[in-house]
Amino acid sequence: MDAFYGYMLYGISLATMGGIYAVLTLGLNVQWGFTGLFNAGIAGFFGIGAYTTAILTTAPTHRHLGGYEMPYVVGFLAAMLLCGIIAYLVGKVCLRLRSDYLAIATIGIAEIFRLILKNETWATNGPRGVSEIPKPFEHWPEPWNQFAFLALVLVIVAIVYVLVEVARKSPWGRVMTAIRENEPSAKAAGKNVEVFRMEGFVIGCMIMALAGALMAHYLKFVDPNATDPLLATFLVWVMLIVGGSANNKGAILGAFLMWVVWSATEIVTSRLPDELAIRAAYIRIFLIGLMLQIFLQKFPQGILPEKRPTVPKSNRNSETV
Amino acid sequence: MLRVEGLSKQFGGLHAVRDCSFTIEEGTITGLIGPNGAGKTTTFNMIAGELAPTSGRIIYQGEDIAGLPTHQMFHRGIVRTFQIPHEFGKMTVLENLMVVPPAQPGEHIFNNWINPRAVRAREEEVRDKAETALEFLSISHLRDERAGNLSGGQKKLLELGRTMMTDAKLVLLDEPGAGVNPTLVLKIIDMIAQLKAERGYTFCIIEHDMDLIASLCDPVIVLAEGTVLTEGTMGEVRSNPEVLDAYLGGGEEDDE
Repeated sequence: MDAFYGYMLYGISLATMGGIYAVLTLGLNVQWGFTGLFNAGIAGFFGIGAYTTAILTTAPTHRHLGGYEMPYVVGFLAAMLLCGIIAYLVGKVCLRLRSDYLAIATIGIAEIFRLILKNETWATNGPRGVSEIPKPFEHWPEPWNQFAFLALVLVIVAIVYVLVEVARKSPWGRVMTAIRENEPSAKAAGKNVEVFRMEGFVIGCMIMALAGALMAHYLKFVDPNATDPLLATFLVWVMLIVGGSANNKGAILGAFLMWVVWSATEIVTSRLPDELAIRAAYIRIFLIGLMLQIFLQKFPQGILPEKRPTVPKSNRNSETV
Repeated sequence: MLRVEGLSKQFGGLHAVRDCSFTIEEGTITGLIGPNGAGKTTTFNMIAGELAPTSGRIIYQGEDIAGLPTHQMFHRGIVRTFQIPHEFGKMTVLENLMVVPPAQPGEHIFNNWINPRAVRAREEEVRDKAETALEFLSISHLRDERAGNLSGGQKKLLELGRTMMTDAKLVLLDEPGAGVNPTLVLKIIDMIAQLKAERGYTFCIIEHDMDLIASLCDPVIVLAEGTVLTEGTMGEVRSNPEVLDAYLGGGEEDDE
């Protein structure tokens, strides 16, 4: 019975983390899948989201800026808003760059954010991080508090999914896809490409901030390791590519699947003999890389490839053909 | 309608277009011919806003539009097609056309969330317009096909179809007949004539296929080495020894 209870809690934590990653992957999908923007600085925006809500919602303390003991909702909204503003400023500078150059620029910007979070001790408590972040439903009895938080995460995944899926199928999504497919032609069709690209970038970053905020409340703690590019950038890319770029269902599927795989590698590596255990972290990265290779060989466009909506035929009688 | 004055474009040391001046009169189908490297496409790219001229003016309906971005040219009624088809490969043929019309409420992301009714109403109009264009081009059966899967000729038709999705005034066609079989070229010639008659478009066509130029264009402007060599009806141009010279001689070290 105890073993079962333990497995259940483990399952809940897997699903919760998977859900948070699903939000993050949906954010990347808006940028890369819809618009073709190569954002390699996901971790930076994720971190900003996490820290913003952390500082706003914790009880007052001398260790870092705030806390301001504000409601969760304020924390979430402020995280998204601040990240949106920062994304706009970053976009002003970087979005003129194409694919690989944009990737390099965003990596650099994420590193800048990480160093700021690490070194501006007055605001962030430096490497020691922000602790005692309140968690929704934490005063409920075990395991209902865990279930309730999972439900919150899943509801947010569902809301984000519906919003971005509506956007993808809409004329807006059509323009974004056109820009991704052929930029000169989108311009020749009268689209102001700079404006659309900025919209995709800002919306994607705001979704990433939401994921960061969820993570901060879930773990009740955030430190500069939250912006580790391996977990918060690289893994998200793997999730989107495996699941299916430009397919929102694929993004969610990829997030849950790869999070389970990533967690399972830990079970494997923890069984290794001691002399190898020290290298376990690297073996996990290797295994993820291997998984990516296997999936891409089998599903070159991801498990669920992109599918553009078909427009229902009009009722008019067609005159010719 | 459109006057080009002293237009020049320099890429590093290369003068692609130099001191080029000509006029496109409203209601004409003006041909733009010349050997490879004469600067025809570069001139197009400047009129369409893809390239900013190094110097010179482009007067369109009394306004100097040189250097404006492409999307603003589009909103002034200048629409272009590409020499190499620029379809949106992963989108359906219908979507390729539906994306074009300006001022769609659904292009503002929030309208899709808060005012889906207005978006849907406009979508139906846009779809009907796109279906009409597909019928005109007689490619209705390809409606839901991915545009990337079309043949070269079908992609050319799709290029032409995009100009029908907006209230164009001046349509710039960059080699509408290139890589297209002779039967289809005849069809395209018919379509262009029909669009001019029915919709009142003014055309400017770059083309190497002299049959197409001869059956549609008056006047014909000949470019060579980045500047206007001569101008006149196809008959006049044909009998001009300088034109023959440009095609056989001066152009051969250039490439495009």
